[in-house]
Amino acid sequence: MNARLLPYVLILPVTLFLCLFFLYPFLLVSKQAFSTGAGFTLDNFREVTGYWKFPITMRNTLLLAAAVVPIQLALALLMATMVNKMKKGRDLVLYVWTIPLGISDLAAGIIWLAIFDQSGFLNSMMNGLGLVDKPVNLLTFQNPGIVFLAIMLAEIWRATAIMLVILVAGIGLIPKEYYEAAEVFGASPWKRFLRITLPLLRPSLQTALVLRVILAFEIFAVVAALGGTLFPVLMGETYAYQFDLLNSGAAAALALIILAISIAFTLIILRVLRVPKGATI
Amino acid sequence: MTAVTTDAVTTDTRRAGRWVYGSAVVLLCAWVIVPLYFLLINTLSAPETVNSFPKPFIPEFDLGSLTFFANFAGMLTALKNSILVAGLTMIMSIVIGAPAGYALSRFDFYGKELFRLLILLTRAFPLPLLALPLAVMFIQTGLDDTVFGLALVHTTLAIPFAVLITFALFSGIPLELEEAAWTLGCTRLTAFSKVVLPLILPGITASAIFAFVISWNEVFAAAVLTIENRTLTAFLLQNLDTSPLHLKFAGGFILVVPALIFIFAVRKYLFAMWGIANR
Repeated sequence: MNARLLPYVLILPVTLFLCLFFLYPFLLVSKQAFSTGAGFTLDNFREVTGYWKFPITMRNTLLLAAAVVPIQLALALLMATMVNKMKKGRDLVLYVWTIPLGISDLAAGIIWLAIFDQSGFLNSMMNGLGLVDKPVNLLTFQNPGIVFLAIMLAEIWRATAIMLVILVAGIGLIPKEYYEAAEVFGASPWKRFLRITLPLLRPSLQTALVLRVILAFEIFAVVAALGGTLFPVLMGETYAYQFDLLNSGAAAALALIILAISIAFTLIILRVLRVPKGATI
Repeated sequence: MTAVTTDAVTTDTRRAGRWVYGSAVVLLCAWVIVPLYFLLINTLSAPETVNSFPKPFIPEFDLGSLTFFANFAGMLTALKNSILVAGLTMIMSIVIGAPAGYALSRFDFYGKELFRLLILLTRAFPLPLLALPLAVMFIQTGLDDTVFGLALVHTTLAIPFAVLITFALFSGIPLELEEAAWTLGCTRLTAFSKVVLPLILPGITASAIFAFVISWNEVFAAAVLTIENRTLTAFLLQNLDTSPLHLKFAGGFILVVPALIFIFAVRKYLFAMWGIANR
């Protein structure tokens, strides 16, 4: 086959597939969001944002992302640097730490339900320590803090691994010579981390944060399993509009709002952590 | 004299440092494993124990919960659907994605950057949301509530990864190997199938497994697009409010097991895949 045509033939299936199942549905959802049957309208958005639950939903989603992502970033950085200087058992430790990567958000929610449930392990432990004599129902509307904490812990438990993997791969690409040179000049481990690891890790940090933040706005099943309706989030409301209220226009509008937030944060992260022009490792 | 004491102090701090480091590693491992262990206890306990209080901290190895799960109406069908959808996703994403990965690694062509942008763009999107308009499109085409329809959506989720991972894998194989095969009389196709493919096969398998897991774990699109033919995740989600605890835990356990095996199977490729695919 003609060598100039070959690459186009090879990328054609993916391009067609993504046009049909990514770009086209995106256009559809936009159309759906901006129309209620007759012409262009913002009614769907007005309906969605005017609903009393909307500010709570929005606040919950953003608050959760703000609480979870920085902890995950710090934890993933810590784990990545720990693994980096490990000599024995590196593979085993890495396997254990990356297990949650393969676990679905629904399963993670169920796992933490086993702990926070009324007859769950947290209650059993508190009982064993003599702190409570009968099981306390933790996940109720009287304890919004505990519901939030449970969801937070489940998210941190589940989704730190994805950042860890990206950061470990990134640290592996940093040449060892930089560290050796810094050591010769007497830089402490902390200084080395600040002055070498962090700046050179910027591309990986970028990817890790973008992926993680988008996933944080998509949070759905963990919340459904642990909080149910106690802790409404954007994605859950979208699902409710589509199924319980059978209002696909509103669902589409809310979907576009989530999309807009995701894109805005992606751009912010890319901008803040941009790699200076011409700088490479 | 002073030199000796400082030496002693540094060895002491170093020993303390190593101790802190070691216990931090153990603690973080426990942080991952202990919740999984709790799920295991609940799964391997009789339904009565799961609902009782206080909980035992060792499993009683009773298959009551799992039997209940297997006998629960629709559960095994849901399990079968999950496997079918994930299997289809795996095949489609590799068959469609791998050629593009090869093209990206071997050719410089006009529009390459645009194509890469299209792939990367999918990452900035909460893709499961696109299941909403697709639900309408699928009803029009008769794909609604079918395993194949859902597999198409899951393939959209998995394909960017398949392209980027295979791109990284193909880039790891020197072009010289292929060129050598051409000079020895191979065509582009035979050079690919006899030289590149055997080298790349383990990596392709790993990325196929990755696609399987992506589909297996997906909840939102599955719940939106299926009604009768629910996958396991969609089924569990829909019955969260009504199902008894032991059913939830057994279901969660079944969801976790393949993930554990798959991550173990691809652990060698995990970092190579992510490290390069994400740059």
